[in-house]
Amino acid sequence: MDLYFPIAEMSINVLLLLALGGGVGMLSGMFGVGGGFLMTPLLIFIGVPPAVAVGTEANQVVAASVSGALAHWRRGNVDFKMGFILLIGGFVGSSFGVWIFTKLRALGYIDIVISLCFVTFLGIVGGLMVAEGARSWIRSRSPGSAPKKKLHQHTWMHGLPFKMRFRRSKLYISALLPLSIGIFVGVLSAIMGVGGGFIMVPAMIYLLGMPTSVVVGTSLFQIIFVTANVTFLQSVNNQTVDVLLALVLVVSSVVGAQIGTAFGSKLKSEQLRALLGILVLAVGCKVGFDLIVTPAHLFSFAVSGGH
Amino acid sequence: MTSIKRLLSAFLMVPFAPASALASALVVDLSSNQIEITTNFTGTNLLLFGAIDRKGDVVVVVRGPRRTEVVRRKERVAGIWINRAAVTFESVPGYNFVASSRPLEQIASEETLQRLQIGSERLRLQPVGSANSALASSFRKGLIDLKKRKALYTDMPGNVSIRSEKLFRADLNFPSNVPTGSYTAEIYHFDGGKPASVNRTQLSVQKAGVEEAIYNYAHDHSAIYGIVAILIALFAGWLGGVIFRKA
Repeated sequence: MDLYFPIAEMSINVLLLLALGGGVGMLSGMFGVGGGFLMTPLLIFIGVPPAVAVGTEANQVVAASVSGALAHWRRGNVDFKMGFILLIGGFVGSSFGVWIFTKLRALGYIDIVISLCFVTFLGIVGGLMVAEGARSWIRSRSPGSAPKKKLHQHTWMHGLPFKMRFRRSKLYISALLPLSIGIFVGVLSAIMGVGGGFIMVPAMIYLLGMPTSVVVGTSLFQIIFVTANVTFLQSVNNQTVDVLLALVLVVSSVVGAQIGTAFGSKLKSEQLRALLGILVLAVGCKVGFDLIVTPAHLFSFAVSGGH
Repeated sequence: MTSIKRLLSAFLMVPFAPASALASALVVDLSSNQIEITTNFTGTNLLLFGAIDRKGDVVVVVRGPRRTEVVRRKERVAGIWINRAAVTFESVPGYNFVASSRPLEQIASEETLQRLQIGSERLRLQPVGSANSALASSFRKGLIDLKKRKALYTDMPGNVSIRSEKLFRADLNFPSNVPTGSYTAEIYHFDGGKPASVNRTQLSVQKAGVEEAIYNYAHDHSAIYGIVAILIALFAGWLGGVIFRKA
């Protein structure tokens, strides 16, 4: 059954979309990841124009983050003060990101930049996940050799000005740190159509030193607003948000996430995390391969002036 | 069944049509003058039919809305393929469909075909500005090839069937990626290599229903569209959470 999507201006098989949305939703339920970093490249693979894939995915991530953020908020796992600082950075970064996006689109470079961002970040994140999975697998085979980590390390980052106290995270650090992380992830969110949790979460743990209990909730909290900002600005500047496509993906991924959550609690997480890492790497390799392989047609056209 | 009725009436009109010494009487009609792109649109066919009053060849040319298009060519830079050179062409038909009763070359001289721009390869596409002519011609060829691959430009020799040297019909194919706007169908009756008569008819391709509403809203009220998109997502996310928390 094919459905014509008004902004993507193409008809896509709905069953294929439901399978993709459901599959990525399952993974996000299992691992607590947003799934945008897999969904955007998958949409591009099935022929959705990259700019539309990015705008639409940002819209879908808003929906995906809301239910997760609400659940964490109810359990008190959101550091609102930290969230607001990240959010300020996120607004600045994502607004700047959409501005760059619009410029690059006019020049005809947006597709390549989207692909390069995905190759880079899927490669890094997938690689780290596989390495982490392998390390914990080795560790589990030779017990007693777990490396001891210092609870709190002092680095140059602790010498920065504008120190603030974050009670919920038990931190006293410079506001510039979360602000700059927010800006960086905001730019990526705008260009790649992702929530950016896959960068935000490790950055919060390793760079800021936040306790893991509040990391996911706080990240989801700020992702809602940053992706909402991206959705709004992409709609205004580029008209690349397809609400119909987003809705199909939202419905399928919400259902998939519930199945994934139920599954995830029964399975061993280390091996699964390594498997997800392999999947992420595979998608990254496919994006990279498409950049290197000689294209079937060298020419492309775009209507200028438009509407 | 209306198309059969129309075909019949088209046929019956022929004897009453005034025929001048040179011009032939050419009557045509389309099974529909409007293509609506709705939610389940996957491309469509229209039937074009008509009658000629003496033997000859029939050529059907359907052209879509003309737009300015930027054509870009990828080049390998540091191992990856990137859009580099660009040439802008003015008034490029978004759709160009040519059907004929015989191969075009057998119907009329190259000069005539060029003059009437019949056949995708004969479209006059003007580059904007002072583009290098060799570059412009390679980009023009690239654009036409690409449009053919996307089924937006089609040449179908033999796709017009003529019966008893009088009635003719042709199937016009519109793919799912057909651009919206107003289209012109030109029907030529060639007699002895010369266009004896030409008839024009208009048709339009439009998004309809939900498709039209969403597309127009996204372009005409983009700020409200963005806010509504966010509200729908917030509501859907919240609803999903509520439904599955209770289940």
